Amino acid sequence: MTDAATLLDPDHAEPASVTTTRSRRARRGGAWAWVAWLLRRLGLAVLTLWLVSVLVFIATTALGDPVRAILGKDFNADKARAAQLTAQLNLDESLPQRYLHWLGGLFSGDLGTSIANQRPVSELIGPNVVNTLVLVLLSAIIMVPVAFGIAMISANYRRRKPDTFIQTVLLALAGLPEFVIGILLVAIFATTLSHVLPAVTIATPGGHPWDDPKTMVLPIATLVLAVSPYVSRIVRATLLEVLDSDYVELARLKGIPERVVMRKHALLNAIVPGIQVVALQLAWLAGGVVIVEAVFNYPGIGFQLVDSVRNHDVPMVQALAMIIAAVYVVVNLVADLLSILLTPRARTAISS
Amino acid sequence: MSTIDEFPTPELAVARRGAPAWTRQKRLVSGLVLTLIIVALAIFGPLLAPHGENEVVGPPYSKTGVLGTDYLGQDVFSRVLYGGLDVLVIALLGTLLGVVLGTIIGVVAAYAGGWWDEVIMRLNDVLLAFPQILLALVVLTAVASPKAWMIIVLVGLSHAPRVARVARGVALGIVSRDFVYAAEALGERRSRVILREVLPNMSAPLLAETGLRLTYSIGLVGGLAFLGFSTNPDGANWGQMINENRLGLASQPWSVLGPVLMIGLFCIGTNLLADGIAQLAHRTED
Repeated sequence: MTDAATLLDPDHAEPASVTTTRSRRARRGGAWAWVAWLLRRLGLAVLTLWLVSVLVFIATTALGDPVRAILGKDFNADKARAAQLTAQLNLDESLPQRYLHWLGGLFSGDLGTSIANQRPVSELIGPNVVNTLVLVLLSAIIMVPVAFGIAMISANYRRRKPDTFIQTVLLALAGLPEFVIGILLVAIFATTLSHVLPAVTIATPGGHPWDDPKTMVLPIATLVLAVSPYVSRIVRATLLEVLDSDYVELARLKGIPERVVMRKHALLNAIVPGIQVVALQLAWLAGGVVIVEAVFNYPGIGFQLVDSVRNHDVPMVQALAMIIAAVYVVVNLVADLLSILLTPRARTAISS
Repeated sequence: MSTIDEFPTPELAVARRGAPAWTRQKRLVSGLVLTLIIVALAIFGPLLAPHGENEVVGPPYSKTGVLGTDYLGQDVFSRVLYGGLDVLVIALLGTLLGVVLGTIIGVVAAYAGGWWDEVIMRLNDVLLAFPQILLALVVLTAVASPKAWMIIVLVGLSHAPRVARVARGVALGIVSRDFVYAAEALGERRSRVILREVLPNMSAPLLAETGLRLTYSIGLVGGLAFLGFSTNPDGANWGQMINENRLGLASQPWSVLGPVLMIGLFCIGTNLLADGIAQLAHRTED
């Protein structure tokens, strides 16, 4: 009985005296401790982003020779164009000078001018950011219930045939690269086996891909299939851990039906690890969209990034890489915050 | 100061129970078989190919030959057999580089501890903010035509921070054990303690991680080639073949599905293999 109580609520498992002094201290310093924690975490995020910007800058301009890469064989023939590009990329300045120049531009919202079509980068990227965000968010909204649902079914049949089967399928799916999933889906639903869905997204200028909802189906399905196996496996592992624990055994002995045990005991405990793994996968989606958008010609920043890398369009790549890395950092920050707020143990650890 | 007697490594524990122990692991066996088949096809494929790598055998996207022809009229079946070696070698070397680099970072961070650990892992987090494909794409922007060694280095660098996290976690559980303290008390050099005492006890989790990384490497190398960043524009390469023949998916599906299935099957194989190793390591630990 004491064992079950300990497992049920670790905060109350400590001797009474410890609990009371801790909660008294928490009441006084709790808010400040929270502010301090939040500031530290925000500081780390800003530091990370700054280092990311250094890395992006060095990788795009200092490692190779962008002008030579842009002009290719014309590099030696077209001296005027080379000089003009050198000037546009400020390559005549020293590296730190150029970096500060670029960083200043980032802060004032001036992302530079695209080399490929001489228009402001922010103007070119704007609509595509929205398209990609919609794609990622819709995928996430569909992925979460699918992944949790499969995990619950699998955990329900734990260590029996259906569970093993589901886990093996998930494991196989988890290993497949996104382009393999995407192309197989295209072959099945758009070209070879049937023609129920369009194979590529054709966006009219000024329009959005969701103007024709059918074109969104395959890109979203690819992302969901690429991400949910991993989430599902982690959630199942967490569910099993709870279902095997002593206090769930106690609940069963009390006669609570298995369905309720699954919903009230297991699922609630799987939410925090669930949030972390979903956040991890959302951050992963920031990279995954690059390939998926390329498969479906989806007009988002991933497709644009690949295009810009091919054209050696340095200012575009810098801006897009910063956006994707920033999404990653922000998602991780939010996930940390959420999982701390939802875990009583971690909550008290900070405020005491 | 050998640790083997007190802390049997998983392989030894398995050996003691008799050879067939690991063969009972279904996932491990099926993963291994699948992986070996694809590797064998990639290595010996060029010898079996009925036609040359760039030999034109008929009109583009026709049904000539086993799997038809591709966008230039080259034999798809032969190119599938030719196209694996590059992908596999680059992926394997990139994986090894990433695992070695990541293990060094993670073990040093765990062993040094304190302030060093904090700094190393924070810098590691910066690298983690780049999705793997992004790191490669950013660097390739300023490169006119990518070389094989560049792809290997990029794949390795994008794996390293992820491996480092895992390696650090595993190493943390080892560096505080008695036999490490004993080695330090005997006055062994730090590098020797890491090599002789810490690393041998990490072999099983690291092996599983290597399998997982190999799966991702194939996706990464294939993905880069699919996006048009390959080292040899004329050569056969599974990722690049998908890219070249994409427009023919409707009329001549095998020109795309051939390489897609090879990459897919290989990834499934290595992933099952990695999971099998992880389970085996887990079981022998108990």
